[in-house]
Amino acid sequence: MRKLAIFAAALSLCGAAHAADVSLLNVSYDPTRELYKDINAAFAAQWKQKTGDTLTVNMSHNGSGASSRAVIDGLDADVVTLALAYDIDAIADKAKLLPSNWQKRLPQNSTPYTSTVVFLVRKGNPWHIKDWPDLVRPGVHVVTPNPKTSGGARWSYLAAWAYAEKKPGGSWEKAKQFIAELYRHVPVLDTGARGSTTTFAQRGIGDVLLSWENEAHLALKEAGGDKFEIVYPSNSILAEPPVAVVDKNADRHGTRKVAEAYLQFLYSKEAQEIEAKDFYRPRDKDILAAHARDFPNIPLYSIDDVFGGWTKAQQVHFSDGGVFDQIYKPGQ
Amino acid sequence: MTPMLRPRAPTDDHPLTKLVLSLVAVGFIALFLLMPLVTVFWEALAQGMDSAIAALREPDALSAIQLSFTVAAIAVPCNALFGLAAAWCVTKFDFIGKNLLVTLIDIPFSVSPVVSGLVYMLIFGLQGWLGQDLRDHGIKIVFALPGIVLATIFVTFPFVARELIPLMSEQGRDEEEAAVSLGASGWSTLRRVTLPNIKWALLYGVLLCNARAMGEFGAVSVVSGHIRGLTDTMPLHVEVLYNDYQYAAAFAVAALLALLALVTLGIKSLLEWQFAGEIAATHSH
Amino acid sequence: MPGFGFSLGVTLFYLSALVLIPLAALIIRPWEMGFDGFWAAVTTPRVLAALKLSFGAAAIAAAINSVFGLIVAWVLVRYRFPGRKFIDAFVDLPFALPTAVAGIALSALYAPNGWIGAPLAKLGIKVAFTPTGVLVALIFIGLPFVVRTLEPVLADLSRDAEEAAATLGATRLQSFRRVILPSLLPTLLTGTAMAFARGVGEYGSVIFIAGNLPGVSEIAPLMIIIKLQEYDYAGAAAIGVVMLGASFVFLFALNALQAWSASRR
Repeated sequence: MRKLAIFAAALSLCGAAHAADVSLLNVSYDPTRELYKDINAAFAAQWKQKTGDTLTVNMSHNGSGASSRAVIDGLDADVVTLALAYDIDAIADKAKLLPSNWQKRLPQNSTPYTSTVVFLVRKGNPWHIKDWPDLVRPGVHVVTPNPKTSGGARWSYLAAWAYAEKKPGGSWEKAKQFIAELYRHVPVLDTGARGSTTTFAQRGIGDVLLSWENEAHLALKEAGGDKFEIVYPSNSILAEPPVAVVDKNADRHGTRKVAEAYLQFLYSKEAQEIEAKDFYRPRDKDILAAHARDFPNIPLYSIDDVFGGWTKAQQVHFSDGGVFDQIYKPGQ
Repeated sequence: MTPMLRPRAPTDDHPLTKLVLSLVAVGFIALFLLMPLVTVFWEALAQGMDSAIAALREPDALSAIQLSFTVAAIAVPCNALFGLAAAWCVTKFDFIGKNLLVTLIDIPFSVSPVVSGLVYMLIFGLQGWLGQDLRDHGIKIVFALPGIVLATIFVTFPFVARELIPLMSEQGRDEEEAAVSLGASGWSTLRRVTLPNIKWALLYGVLLCNARAMGEFGAVSVVSGHIRGLTDTMPLHVEVLYNDYQYAAAFAVAALLALLALVTLGIKSLLEWQFAGEIAATHSH
Repeated sequence: MPGFGFSLGVTLFYLSALVLIPLAALIIRPWEMGFDGFWAAVTTPRVLAALKLSFGAAAIAAAINSVFGLIVAWVLVRYRFPGRKFIDAFVDLPFALPTAVAGIALSALYAPNGWIGAPLAKLGIKVAFTPTGVLVALIFIGLPFVVRTLEPVLADLSRDAEEAAATLGATRLQSFRRVILPSLLPTLLTGTAMAFARGVGEYGSVIFIAGNLPGVSEIAPLMIIIKLQEYDYAGAAAIGVVMLGASFVFLFALNALQAWSASRR
């Protein structure tokens, strides 16, 4: 009997050896740690069922700009799932690892889920922060990461800008003044969104955190629900964190098929449900409706409408000598 | 005369001075060294022994532990052999530029770890000097084991050499010269004469080198790429957990590193107490 | 004696391949933006503030360590008390403990809700996430350099001169100031300088406790990492070159100091 069991075990080992072990490297940005932990498990199970192959998805997380830089420097990503399109454009542009039309290859701007920028405040909202102008009231300290390295920080910056430019009586010049004033209220610029959340939540610095919606929900959950509150401003920005296969790396590894299937999976009902559960706004209308309680419907500006797309926004606002460099004077 | 009434030697401090200085010294050490160490273990066990052990048995933690040991197992012998060669060449011969050579060997010690990582990025990164050629040949350096090993070697470069050079120059060349004049080859002189004389100092240097190699953070952080379960070393894994809201787990891995540090200190003290004379007189790192 | 060519060859090859050529790559890099570009990169207010903090905090920490390190070394060498050997061994902890571990431990200890941070916060003193936090981390890192450099010299110090001073009617304090301190001074300076050199470049233990506020508690090595993450290789290399230059100057000064102290012994 025991011999038989060993024999069976040996046989199953042989079987396992026939099916290939494949691995993917997904280089992502900070707040997706929990999301991709769940997605990877679900997709690996599905892939195993479909092909018999054992799939391991390895993860590397950093600020979106830092992750993009690492891929440009040679971090061998099969897929990138970053906070904004410009950071993938940079990989296409500087390292030529994928074609510049990458964003056309998957539906909806290559973005399976969206998010937005919200305020996280301390319990009871002691500063009565309700909307963007409240952030620049005297004495309010705002925590947000460095727009040069963090994707979430760029979305936050642009959300504030869009508010100030589009409100009645607003203008480009007034928006610039508002942003300059806003960053005078920022005592800490971490390099990534997760760093900022830690600064705000664990170290008790600042009165309001400009945060990804999903990151704010997660902080709320981690803290046990009685330390923070989420505040939705009167309007915000439609943040589209895109995904892409890094062609040259995937082809070199022979993983293009599984890499493409992995990204397709992100649009499936199963994955959309996981994304909603991890507080990303799913593209699927039914699933979004089912989770409507977590995702209040506020007006969201799109980057194309207000800023003419990422390339232009990046160049005007975040390049060396751009608006951010002009208005941000640290230590003052 | 009873000891109580014996007058103080003129070079002895007043008992009150003794008491105050001892308290200051012990207090300073307790505050700056002991408290952080206690904190590590306290936080690690905050959620109980079981969850601390569970944190260490996570696949990512296990692979980080394995990676750290692998890196040390490559970097330390490399630097030990180099240290031996360098010490032999510097102490057994006189040549022009010797002082410059000794200074150059010391450089990594005063270079910021971050800079140590950066230099390899500038050479082996895809946009660096050799990046594209290496990729064309399918060779991975940065964001993989070789880069982590290189950065670690750089940071721990002078440890063994610095232990051996003062001792070997103190011991002089007489014994080796005698052996050679009796017909021994260079290798057997090294093995039979020099090595027995310096073995404890060598071990001591290896020990310090190893402690630093396992614990290096800044340099490795630049070249690692932070792929969980693949290129995160133990100290990097501590950072990952720390940023993932898993404080107890972060401190559990930190406690393992702290235990290794305590073991290192134990062996080190043992060596110092037992073989003080056979390790160089001055220990400056 | 045999083996000169071989050992020199190995040494030079290993040194060049692993240290000198990589450092050359660093030194060459920033000049692609010209001297003006280099100068502009290292004199922005944020970079200047980071350099000032790294050098300033390292200097203050080294100074504090020179005082307390001297006391610790004195107590460990001159006095006999139970547990002395263990304390002596324990002084080396910062050499053996990984810097990241020290970083998270100090951060937990000095945070406003930590064991030391909480009582200090009641007094209105903030340590973690301020420049003072940087200082605390650098004191931790630097202490053993001073103690370990002083101990052997202190042990070898002959007591004759002290005795003579005492016979001539000097108080303990006088003989410490006039006799002991002068003969310890070169060694004390060496140890302090080593603590300083290590402190300037320290990264792991600092970043967790510093809070990394631009222009306030952001250290130079972190500035290098941030520049890298902004795709600014030349800028990162420029800061690296400044720090490297400083450590070169320092290393030479240190070697000169050691030669001086050797000649005084």
